[in-house]
Amino acid sequence: MLRKIRIALAAVFFICITGLFLDITGVWQSIFGWMAKLQFLPAVMGLSIVPILIVLVLTLIMGRFYCSVICPMGVFQDVVAWISRKFKKKNPYSYSKPKTWLRLAVLVLFIILVVTGFNGIAILVAPYSAYGRMVNNLLQPLYIMANNALAGVAAENESYTFWAVDPHLFVAPLLIVAAITFLIIVVLACIGGRTYCNTICPVGTVLGYVAKFSWFKPYIEVSKCKNCMKCSKNCKASAIDIKGGMVIDYTRCVACGNCLEECKFGALHFGHPTAAARIKPEKPAKVTKDTSAEKVDTNLRSMLTTAVVLGASAAIKAQEMKVDGGLAVIEDKKMPVRQTKILPPGAISASNLASKCTGCQLCVSNCPNGVLRPSTDLKTFMQPFSSYENGYCRPECNRCSEVCPAGAIKPISKEEKSSIQVGHAVWQPDNCIVITDGAECGNCARHCPVGAITMVPQDADDQFSPRIPAVNEERCIGCGACENLCPSRPLSAIHVEGHLVHKHI
Amino acid sequence: MKQINRREFLKTLGLAGAAVTGVSLASCGGKKEEGDFNPNGTDTSEIPTDKMEYRSFPNLGEDKVSLLGYGCMRWPMVPDPNNEGRDIIDQEQVNQLVDYALAHGVNYFDSSPVYCQGQSEKCTGIALARHPRESYYIATKASNFFNSEFDNSVLMYKKSLEYFQTDYIDYYLLHSLGGGGAEAFKARFVNNGLLDYFYKEKQAGHIRHLGFSFHGDEEAWDYLMQLHDEGTYKWDFVQIQMNYVDWENASGRNTNAQYLYSELDKREIPVVIMEPLLGGRLSKLPNHVVARLKQAEPTKSSASWAFRWLGNHPRILTILSGMTYMEHLQDNLRSFCPFKPLNDEEMKFLADTAKIISEYPTIPCNDCKYCMPCPYGLDIPAILTHFNKMVNEGSVPEDAMDPKFKELRKRYLISYDRQVPKVRQASHCVKCGQCEPHCPQQIRIVSELERIDKLVEGMKQGNLGIAPEGSKS
Repeated sequence: MLRKIRIALAAVFFICITGLFLDITGVWQSIFGWMAKLQFLPAVMGLSIVPILIVLVLTLIMGRFYCSVICPMGVFQDVVAWISRKFKKKNPYSYSKPKTWLRLAVLVLFIILVVTGFNGIAILVAPYSAYGRMVNNLLQPLYIMANNALAGVAAENESYTFWAVDPHLFVAPLLIVAAITFLIIVVLACIGGRTYCNTICPVGTVLGYVAKFSWFKPYIEVSKCKNCMKCSKNCKASAIDIKGGMVIDYTRCVACGNCLEECKFGALHFGHPTAAARIKPEKPAKVTKDTSAEKVDTNLRSMLTTAVVLGASAAIKAQEMKVDGGLAVIEDKKMPVRQTKILPPGAISASNLASKCTGCQLCVSNCPNGVLRPSTDLKTFMQPFSSYENGYCRPECNRCSEVCPAGAIKPISKEEKSSIQVGHAVWQPDNCIVITDGAECGNCARHCPVGAITMVPQDADDQFSPRIPAVNEERCIGCGACENLCPSRPLSAIHVEGHLVHKHI
Repeated sequence: MKQINRREFLKTLGLAGAAVTGVSLASCGGKKEEGDFNPNGTDTSEIPTDKMEYRSFPNLGEDKVSLLGYGCMRWPMVPDPNNEGRDIIDQEQVNQLVDYALAHGVNYFDSSPVYCQGQSEKCTGIALARHPRESYYIATKASNFFNSEFDNSVLMYKKSLEYFQTDYIDYYLLHSLGGGGAEAFKARFVNNGLLDYFYKEKQAGHIRHLGFSFHGDEEAWDYLMQLHDEGTYKWDFVQIQMNYVDWENASGRNTNAQYLYSELDKREIPVVIMEPLLGGRLSKLPNHVVARLKQAEPTKSSASWAFRWLGNHPRILTILSGMTYMEHLQDNLRSFCPFKPLNDEEMKFLADTAKIISEYPTIPCNDCKYCMPCPYGLDIPAILTHFNKMVNEGSVPEDAMDPKFKELRKRYLISYDRQVPKVRQASHCVKCGQCEPHCPQQIRIVSELERIDKLVEGMKQGNLGIAPEGSKS
């Protein structure tokens, strides 16, 4: 029973959290956004007391429930392991000695890297974030393709149910990291179940030592145990030591409940262990078998299959998209060289973002304007920054600040956003069509949401000389409307320079 | 308009998915549903081949011209595989359309060197040359807008003869007079001696009838009529924009068709009609207007009303319609084979309908694409026609307090992105104004684009009609 509840809850969390990284409309986020906020490492980095307490209390009550249900990386490994077991002989696992030194070493190294400011490397092993990166880089591109194909069909039918979004912006290093993470996790999960969680994962290590003191936990009623080893051989955490005294390593047990159902003799219980359980009279017990858990899984499989089929048929349609005819060719914009990176409003400062962000890509996945993308610099590796080639940071949007689970991008209201200065615009006369072509333009000034740009005659004495943009840097908030809508291509004639510390103006 | 919910949508998905796999076909402009076609026609009867209405006038000699003329501005096109951003003519389709039109009595084909990205004359010529030269009349134009030097203009004329594979043009027009008034006319045709050259060509028999097409104000018109009255230049025929809306309610700086027509009638100059449907705007009408027409004549399309109304005017030689698809052609043929004039009551009914239509806040863009290509890559006609579509559907929210604001906003913004790629939308207009002189409807394109951009921005920010619009320089 416990196992079934665990599987059901895990499925809900897993699907919903995955959805957070896929959905582009923001609807999913508004309903299930809290699930990302429960993630332990981002909460710790952002010092969010409530989620930290919830997870710790939960762990003290019933062990590493978090690792079995809330952490999407944990559940992902269970799914992989479950699939791989279909091709394996029965009883695939066995007890192994704890690799305490390795776990502690990784944890210590992780902490050292964070403290010394090398978050970009440290967060490579962050479980939830690593999962986010996999979904963002490997699954969301397919999701977007399918969505856009559906949008194409919807357009044919005058339906507004689906609409096309910009294609996924691939960043090679991120794609490589995500692909390697995916391979390592899959291999580890196939071979050893929860190996990653019990040797590498810093969250697993911390919660493991907390779980030692949990009130409820699985335990073996020694008197009923027949030494059949079935529980041990089916423990994906390799945590049940029968030969070594019928004990369970609670730092590694993820409270999945599989052992409870494996035991044919009723020797395994979940609850608060009593001293009586360690004594040894004999009594046979009844065994019942239940397959409903399997049903859940079959349903999941059929659902995934339909999704794949839909995706495939959608991909075919996407290639038939018609291009426009008889129009001037538009060159793509190029990213200008910026002295300082632009960070989204709510990031507060470069150091705040760098120290808190765990690189989960949730903000990148959710940015509806194609502004946010992951950094490839060593120190801020995988952490987001803004650029305005494909869109700009629109005044009505504060999605990234809403989704961030780590407090790296603090929640801000739309009103607040209009007064947060993340950078300032810089005019580049060499590219400006007013200078190069003598054309009237002023598109930057027309679209500045805060009125920071004034068009002034180039020659102060000649009222009718071509008008050039004059930027009031104090009023400019760095949203990039001017840069994005500048007609000059590939490099805009006006671009935003980021600020290391964001200011309220 | 058709609206379906998510479940229905998913249900029809399988079917629709199969339907969209066909080769996508575009007309001259690139969008699918254009051309003067009205999908509301429900008449499916056989079209007779010998019932076409013909018109002839003493000053045009023996010519017997079909009342329905073929406008060659909207031929079907397909994307050019070798040239991104360009379309090429679907010659096979053009041949079929021309054959069908000739077989059903259409014998007047109106082209121009600039139509269909410069490919119209050639492809029309190819299709027509497969038939005896005396079985059709060719009309084409001196479209010397960009370079009106004598040599260049004559070269354009010679090219027309070459493309039509002939040594005479039946109806030759000075293309789009009126804009720029008398000065522009003199610069393009008089000072360079071009018009005198054309008259010589006429005497030599290479041009059978000489006339002009007109878009402009009354002053420019009166000047051209004065030339005729004084005998400086005699016009054999004149092409004007006329339909039941423009009759008394012409948009912008355009002159009411009633005035133009009566001036020509007075002088016994035969009239060729362009824009009988305002580029399809009179077939894609707001629902309540369609309902009104359908109540009166359930099986006739909205377009047929416009054609029959025009046919009632005896000075009209032919009515041009740009027909992209066979359905357009067939639907239009039904209005003319045979032609049934409107009675007084029906004329009155249309006059009332015209009032309703002209008061509708659409932009008078007929999607002729003269404004294109925009040097900054904007798709101007697509932006304007999308706006019109939204107005006709009642999908333009007034302000953010509108109870249907969210729904309307979603519909507007999604369909806007579908119709016009983001980088070609109104927000990218730099107000260079290069498009405006080319617009035959004298639309103030720059301000219209700015208005649409503000509307879209207000919708996106959700402060439409509430907060002051984005601050200005």
